[in-house]
Amino acid sequence: MGITRTPTSLTQSSATRGGIGESTLRPDGTLKVTGEFAYSSDLWHEDMLWGYTLRSTVAHAAIVSIDTSEALATSGVYAVLTYDDLPTEVKHYGLEIRDTPVLAHGKVRHHGEPVALVAADHPETARRAAAKIRVEYDALPVITDEASATAPDAVLVHEGRDDHHIGHVPHPNIVHRQPIVRGDADRAAERADVVVSGEYVFGMQDQAFLGPESGLAVPAEDGGVDLYVATQWLHSDLRQIAPVLGLPERKVRMTLSGVGGAFGGREDLSMQIHGCLLALRTGKPVKIVYNRFESFFGHVHRHPARLWYEHGATRNGKLTHVRCRIVLDGGAYASASPAVVGNAASLSIGPYVVEDVDIEALALYTNNPPCGAMRGFGAVQACFAYEAQMDKVAAELGMDPVEFRQVNAMEQGTVMPTGQTVDSPAPVAELLRRVKSRPLPPERQWETTEGADVRALPGGLSNTTHGEGVVRGVGYAVGIKNVGFSEGFDDYSTARVRMQVINGEPVATVHTAMAEVGQGGVTVHAQIARSELGVTQVTIQPADTQVGSAGSTSASRQTYMTGGAVKNTCEAVREKVLDLGRRRFGSYHPAWATAELLLEGGKVVTDGGEALADIADVLEDDVVDLELEFRHRPTQAFDLRTGQGNGHVQYSFAAHRAVVEVDTELGLVKVVELACAQDVGKALNPLSVVGQIQGGTTQGLGVAVMEEIVVDPKTALVRNPSFTDYLIPTILDTPTIPVDVLELADEHAPYGLRGIGEAPTLSSTPAVLAAIRQATGLELNRTPVRPEHLTGS
Amino acid sequence: MRVTFTVNGRPQEADDVWEGESLLYVLRERMGLPGSKNACEQGECGSCTVRLDGVPVCSCLVAAGQVQGRRVDTVEGLAGEDGELSAIQQAFVDAGAVQCGFCTPGLLVAADELLEHNPSPSDGDIREALSGNLCRCTGYEKILDAVRLAAARTGQGV
Ligand code: FES
Ligand code: FES
Repeated sequence: MGITRTPTSLTQSSATRGGIGESTLRPDGTLKVTGEFAYSSDLWHEDMLWGYTLRSTVAHAAIVSIDTSEALATSGVYAVLTYDDLPTEVKHYGLEIRDTPVLAHGKVRHHGEPVALVAADHPETARRAAAKIRVEYDALPVITDEASATAPDAVLVHEGRDDHHIGHVPHPNIVHRQPIVRGDADRAAERADVVVSGEYVFGMQDQAFLGPESGLAVPAEDGGVDLYVATQWLHSDLRQIAPVLGLPERKVRMTLSGVGGAFGGREDLSMQIHGCLLALRTGKPVKIVYNRFESFFGHVHRHPARLWYEHGATRNGKLTHVRCRIVLDGGAYASASPAVVGNAASLSIGPYVVEDVDIEALALYTNNPPCGAMRGFGAVQACFAYEAQMDKVAAELGMDPVEFRQVNAMEQGTVMPTGQTVDSPAPVAELLRRVKSRPLPPERQWETTEGADVRALPGGLSNTTHGEGVVRGVGYAVGIKNVGFSEGFDDYSTARVRMQVINGEPVATVHTAMAEVGQGGVTVHAQIARSELGVTQVTIQPADTQVGSAGSTSASRQTYMTGGAVKNTCEAVREKVLDLGRRRFGSYHPAWATAELLLEGGKVVTDGGEALADIADVLEDDVVDLELEFRHRPTQAFDLRTGQGNGHVQYSFAAHRAVVEVDTELGLVKVVELACAQDVGKALNPLSVVGQIQGGTTQGLGVAVMEEIVVDPKTALVRNPSFTDYLIPTILDTPTIPVDVLELADEHAPYGLRGIGEAPTLSSTPAVLAAIRQATGLELNRTPVRPEHLTGS
Repeated sequence: MRVTFTVNGRPQEADDVWEGESLLYVLRERMGLPGSKNACEQGECGSCTVRLDGVPVCSCLVAAGQVQGRRVDTVEGLAGEDGELSAIQQAFVDAGAVQCGFCTPGLLVAADELLEHNPSPSDGDIREALSGNLCRCTGYEKILDAVRLAAARTGQGV
């Protein structure tokens, strides 16, 4: 037995329920409930070795020396690698800026940076050998915030930067800066009857996907390597891996293994290059699996942020202007920071009409943990702050907060601060109306005939209150997120679709490189193939690099983009099938030439519903097989000075109402209900759509009341890299999440759909915060809220 | 050391087991049963939940040596011999309770045990029984739906 637990094709036959718009069940569902689904941490190869990564124990230091001799001498150890062992001149990687060393060279820039690699015959042997590597550090000053990063004499996190942002940033410790100026905020401020300002802090959130970073690299006979890994974007990984290994891309064959969640945290590389280096060095398959402690260091996090806002409004509730400044902490390496800055700036005022704005967003280089992609990036931090501001202005005006938002809500045709016109439905006021009109959960919902059910109270099973000192609050929020890759990026997806007759039945096979990370892309691809090709049986091939890029499973883009690619290729395949039909049967029926023809229920039918032939008869032994790329409409870069430009493809909107109960004595919060309304354009799979909205909502709840990576402000060391100390919501912390799905088609998108994954993560957090503020009367300008913020102790 | 115990009704043994190896590691890496998951290996997430002599435990916290001669039931043992899904497995698929699925094996084992001793649990009971199992994808709503659905179907003898 060579290798086991590699991914297999998923074949699904679905005669009745199975096209778009139906709640088709996942084709991998059965594998996942039986324990047979092959996750990347399940990969196994006979005679495989285990890789382990030695990471820095300090945040910023020169490396004086590394002594690997004792580790190498350990029995069972096959290889120990440091920077000096890297095989080519390419020793860095990165999503946009190649600033991340494969292994630290000369210095380390953050806590947990990879310094050396070990391969051994048992994971524990590898760990123990790594502990014997002696690294001598010489401490450097630690950059942890804007003041220390931009001080005139600040140590540079990266010396000699030559990336394309260095020309326009005010300081080399700033990765990227994007101002947006539109109208005249100073003049407009003169019209304001009320002006409200505030400073807000957003904590560092972790994606906390459950499947640890893991993969298996198998050296191949041709000198290349086969890499099985959990990732979000195979081809982006490939582009970064191959040059470091000194191999052409065709010799690095990547296959997506089962992914246990991602949420942005797998957009950057983790063990990919390390595993390949060890495999090529030892000539043996190497498996690397992070444990949870290491996972906290093994991927980037959500950017923590400081945000300053000033909003003005007239007495009748119209916003006059917004000024804001958003400082994101990108940590030691760039990762997705430039794109996060672009989102934060362009979406900084929220889904509102404001003609006069003065906006600045920037990301710092510091010695804190690197931050990058996480669900809703850039827009999440801004939404937390602008929604707090909207409540403050409403209060100042004596207006109802929902009504105030509705008065200022954008709609189709609104011009964004970037000058871009929103050219598809933007039902912001309607989404707010929907969450508001929902009946509230009953007061004292914890009461039962047998007394208080503590599980429904703040403190839960700790049994801290039976209702005494508990007050309720209700809060609202709404947000706007861009969909797809923006700012002029050539964003495309590829799909290969094959149609042939197997056992007398027409079967469609769909092959893409899309990373299924749990979102249900594989379900939707099968649905699209059924709808477009009239088949019941669809096979989804494992995602790999033998087909063109599918782009990333991020930015809410996959159903739009790779879904769009599957649709697009299916349409071309259908045309080929119809051509075959016309050639074979055209002379028998005039409709072949004159009618609009479709594939439905295994037959070629006219748009009038008349069946002309069985697809199986049309195809006979022919195989129709096409691979095509699909692009969304082009976008533009934002002007570096004014921020003007049609930067985004599509916008996505969600609104939340949070109902919370707070034990004011202990500072404990129970979220009782978190209702969401979202416009999804078209729900290709309603069951999955609701699941995405509930999951995104819950991650927003997490960062409202519990989730934060705590970094020591003096040492930049991470204090809580474990699920014991970094808390994510449990089933007891999570309320019911009623979801109201609106479907207003976007005519520019496939099927009119709107990317949905991220929007619910935006408004969830500020809605919870607003509810806690209403319950307590406290200002609460940071998230997450901790008990001490509520009790003042 | 050598460890022998029963897994899903079948005797299994593993040789050369280190003292520090967990039951989870032995199941996954030595017995070819990777269905139990390794999300934290710290006893905090429940993805590794198995039943030890009928009682749900985090297998990452149980030393393999402690299991000598005992009975272990894992997610791989939930379906019938013929591969037919159990009520709770089918309900997870039908209710949309599975996204990435990494939490699913542990949740299934925990939910199966709940329904065994409490065939018609209240929502509060379900939440309490599953409070040791983290899920990052679903927001738990559809997991509640799945357990309710399995309870309803079993109650109706479906
Ligand atoms: S892996 Fe055992 S509790 Fe998380
Ligand atoms: S489905 Fe992904 S963790 Fe639960």
